[in-house]
Amino acid sequence: MKLVTAVIKPHKWEEVREALAAAGVAGMTVTEASGYGQQKGHTEVYRGAEYDVSLVPKIRLEVVVDDADAETVVSTITGAAQPGKIGDGKVWVIPVDSVVRVRTGETDEAAL
Amino acid sequence: MNTGDTAWVLASAALVLLMTPGLAFFYGGMTRSKSVLNMMMMSFAALAIIPILWVLFGYSFAFSPGGSGVLGGLERLGFDNVGVATAYGTIPEFVFAGFQLMFAILTVALISGAIADRARFTGWIAFIVIWATVVYFPVAHWVFDFGSDAGGGGWIATKLEAIDFAGGTAVHINAGAAGLALALVLGQRVGWKREPMRPHNLPFVLLGAGLLWFGWIGFNGGSALGANGVAGLALLNTGVATGSAIAGWLAYEFVKEKKGTSLGAASGAVAGLVAITPAAAALSPLGSVILGLIAGAVCAWAVSLKWKLGFDDSLDVVGVHLVGGLVGTLLIGLLASSNPGGVSVDGLFYGGNAELLGKQTLAAAAVLGYSFALTYLIGRLIDVTIGFRLDPEDEVTGIDQVEHLESAYEYAGGAGGTPFKTGV
Repeated sequence: MKLVTAVIKPHKWEEVREALAAAGVAGMTVTEASGYGQQKGHTEVYRGAEYDVSLVPKIRLEVVVDDADAETVVSTITGAAQPGKIGDGKVWVIPVDSVVRVRTGETDEAAL
Repeated sequence: MNTGDTAWVLASAALVLLMTPGLAFFYGGMTRSKSVLNMMMMSFAALAIIPILWVLFGYSFAFSPGGSGVLGGLERLGFDNVGVATAYGTIPEFVFAGFQLMFAILTVALISGAIADRARFTGWIAFIVIWATVVYFPVAHWVFDFGSDAGGGGWIATKLEAIDFAGGTAVHINAGAAGLALALVLGQRVGWKREPMRPHNLPFVLLGAGLLWFGWIGFNGGSALGANGVAGLALLNTGVATGSAIAGWLAYEFVKEKKGTSLGAASGAVAGLVAITPAAAALSPLGSVILGLIAGAVCAWAVSLKWKLGFDDSLDVVGVHLVGGLVGTLLIGLLASSNPGGVSVDGLFYGGNAELLGKQTLAAAAVLGYSFALTYLIGRLIDVTIGFRLDPEDEVTGIDQVEHLESAYEYAGGAGGTPFKTGV
């Protein structure tokens, strides 16, 4: 199993969710995050004093999927999340040892 | 005594009272979330302490008959020799004393913006007691006490005869110079210029500016001490100058940044209110437009001085109150007009001579110099005795937790700083 984590722009979140739903992803975990990469931050001005605010708001979403589905999920997210500009975000995949469904005790693929 | 005059000054006192909680919001919104309570508490401390001093000796030092021109007399200690039938002009003296009490509270509270995040609360309380006694009450006597037919009165009001309708010198230059002195005594905040110190709640700042504007109708309008045309002129000029100053400040921002900020709009409003305070009855409404535009643009520039000169006047008491007070007090020398009938002299631009400008300059310089020098000494005295500056570690933790055992908001970040990290 794989954990796919994506950090994307907040305004692309709805499109990504719809695309993942269409691709058959049944659930995910979403958090409001903040961070920066090549995009850097933005400038704010208070009484003439300029501040570089380096952290910008982001959406972080996490999906655990079968090994076979990981590539599809990644391409679905990158397809939906990009206008093709700096700051669109990143997607990464890491292996997952085990998963347990709390309600039934099912494990691994059966728990997804 | 005149019931109409009395009713208006009573109402004005209530309006001016509201300015201090309004100021607490104006200043509180500009601090970081970890020090908003301390900032608001500095205003409430003034609300707590000044009334006590006022009854004991403050009113007497400012307004008692038998004064010297430099300090009021002693006949009103403990509000002795005053009853409900005692008149002050056309209104009861109790009404005048209540109205003027609100000015004393506000003036002290104004200073607190210069020392955000880092002043020990006990030091601030000691400061209120000493500063009001040594600086405000005498200066109020100089400027606001016009004496009686029997003589008396403060030297600026009755000897120099400079025009200060509602406190450009006694309130704003006074508080602004004191703010500068205290900012120097306490020094820069930990991380100043290096860490972001963004306002944590700009809606608070706009709310506070609105409350200040509302209350200022009583501050300036009530200073006519009567329900009459002068009060009307002052009220109108106050609105006109304030709106114009917002326009002036935002115009400056559009030239510099191509955008207009909400903090700029709120600051412009206060800059205009400050500048029109001494001039509210001395200008025509058209003159007030000019004064407002100038005050807004000049103060928008003046708030940058602290970065260049290196004094941490945290919320710009100098840039707004000292500079705005100077702009208003000095522009009277140019823009005063006897046409509407609020004053009987004209400024340079209205056919008058330079004498008025000279008087205005002298009054401004006297209050500025006296307030700065005395405040610096008082601040140092407090710092070396009971301690004025907060411990740096406590300052980083947050003064609300350390000095008041409270947090303003229940969310992550309240304990350790702003939720965003930035690099200036």
